[in-house]
Amino acid sequence: MTTSTQTSLDERHIDVVQPSLPRTLLLGVAGVAVVGAIAAYFLLGGNLFAPIAIGFLLYTIPVYVLARARESRRKATDRTWTAIVMLAFVIALIPLLSLVITVIAEGIARFDAEFFTSDMRGVVGEGGGALHAIVGTFMITILATVISVPVGIMCGVYLVEYGGKGWLARWTTFLVDVMTGIPSIVAGLFAFALFAFIVGPAYRSGFMGSIALSVLMIPTVVRATEEMLKLVPNELREASYALGVQKWRTITKVVIPTALAGIVTGVMLAIARVIGETAPLLLTAGFTSTINWNPFEGRMTSLPVYAYYSYVTPGVPPEPGYERAWTAALVLIIIVLGLNLLARWIAVRFSPTKA
Amino acid sequence: MATVTSPPRLDEKISHRADQTFSALATSAGVFILVTLAFVAIFLTAESIPAFTADPESLPGGAGFAAYVGPLLFGTVWVAILAMLISVPLALGIALFISHYAPRRMAQSLGYIIDLLAAIPSVVYGLWGIAVLSPALVGFYQWLAENLSWIPLFAGPASITGRTILTAALVLAVMVLPIMTAINREIFLQTPRLHEEAAFALGATRWEMIKMAVFPYGRSGIISGAMLGLGRALGETMAVAMVLSTTGGLVTFNLISADNPSTIAANIALKFPESSGVAVNALVATGLVLFVFTFAVNFAARAIIARRSEFSGAN
Repeated sequence: MTTSTQTSLDERHIDVVQPSLPRTLLLGVAGVAVVGAIAAYFLLGGNLFAPIAIGFLLYTIPVYVLARARESRRKATDRTWTAIVMLAFVIALIPLLSLVITVIAEGIARFDAEFFTSDMRGVVGEGGGALHAIVGTFMITILATVISVPVGIMCGVYLVEYGGKGWLARWTTFLVDVMTGIPSIVAGLFAFALFAFIVGPAYRSGFMGSIALSVLMIPTVVRATEEMLKLVPNELREASYALGVQKWRTITKVVIPTALAGIVTGVMLAIARVIGETAPLLLTAGFTSTINWNPFEGRMTSLPVYAYYSYVTPGVPPEPGYERAWTAALVLIIIVLGLNLLARWIAVRFSPTKA
Repeated sequence: MATVTSPPRLDEKISHRADQTFSALATSAGVFILVTLAFVAIFLTAESIPAFTADPESLPGGAGFAAYVGPLLFGTVWVAILAMLISVPLALGIALFISHYAPRRMAQSLGYIIDLLAAIPSVVYGLWGIAVLSPALVGFYQWLAENLSWIPLFAGPASITGRTILTAALVLAVMVLPIMTAINREIFLQTPRLHEEAAFALGATRWEMIKMAVFPYGRSGIISGAMLGLGRALGETMAVAMVLSTTGGLVTFNLISADNPSTIAANIALKFPESSGVAVNALVATGLVLFVFTFAVNFAARAIIARRSEFSGAN
């Protein structure tokens, strides 16, 4: 009796297990598809879209047919969707790779000492550099950081330590999130309108650009601070209070130092976000061909605006202008990616969980 | 009730005052943010009023403000919708790949790679769009114009530079991918483990599990992520300004021609440096329209996220 039940269970078990395609077969089909895509790339003359479509079809159609025959219709659908999901990721990598390769290939030509040591005074045709734009970018960004960081961190402190569940804190949290979506050009128009009201519509300066960038930067800093302060364990605060320490001393001496690595990371990501902004600076700091050391008076070129103008008004012949634009783009990407990597490194290296 | 009250010492009084000062500082920083937001609206409005009250003849286009902003608003919305049609399915796929297909250990680094797309400045996207993407698409547009011109979208004649509204939408789609992917990924990773395992226990394949457990749980997150992406696409300036070749005051659904409607943001960036007088006010007024539009979209998206987190206790 017992044995017969056992065997029937075993038999049913064998029935339930579905046949499944061997992994080596799938890898083989994938290999064929990749070879087909590479062949199509060379046969069709460097176009990227067709080879990916061909490679995708070379993999999905045989796998679907095989799975349909050997496994089941549902399993075949599942395998097709797996391929589609992976295709989506591959498609997203194409622009990233293409962009980075193009910028490096085109920008390397003028990635020389002259580019970093001279400005565009009297330059027609070849030569010239972006020193004035690099100086401008750093001045504008540092000013924006000086404005945004204290305000942003204090706002984050308010939201976590003081605001609680009050209506002001809830609305501030919500509107800070909404503010992260303000288009950068609107921030530039705001700075223009503000200074047109205070000084006059013809006023342009680096400081005006800093105000525009601050509008974009403050919400990011607030969000970063808020999230980091929330991670600080309450036990630390309570231990500090138990020792009789005042609330503001607790915040400045215990809470903020604990969250500092995360806040610094957030600030650096915020800088990386605004340092590449073009549109607001086009309206506020403007464009000039020489170094301007005074951020409160006169136009000041920044690196993104320099790249833009070098490309749209390259001069005659246009090639040197285009080359300068690409090199400026390369420098920008290096700065932005450098800031991103440094921020991630700080986040990992100095995170309180590791210490 | 034994209350021990020691007489307050002088330094304690001082530090109490310091405590209050710090609290007031923090609160005013919070208020400052709200005031800034209000100022953005107030100053844009103040600077726009001359454009609304001015003689219609004196505005660019010579037919009043509504006729000026109308085609621009159409272009803004049209290119943003096109970008959404491309990027929403892609972002879903990428987020699913990172959250449910790739090995868990790789998930974070794959997320960083997608985030790098957000780090690249928009002016670099603009350069890439002009120099690489547009020329690469010329042949494709000509093929569309020759074979599919009976569809109004591909009526042509095909642009010989490739700088069409479809190219601009493709660039925008790449640019808004990271924000949408980030939101989708986060929401997919929050899918309750039990829902997923229950689906598998019923014999579901991985795709069926995603349809039964992951998508229903993440629906509001998908919607709000798409709306945040829409907000970005509506306001993106430089990439569109550089890639798109435009004809003023045009309203057309033709995707592949050299004559395209411009967008509000791109129009401001292109015209502002050379404008003066009431033309500047008109540009600020179009910026106000854009601000109200994007504010509404972002507000709705964040409201959905906020309501959802109240229910689920997530975030």
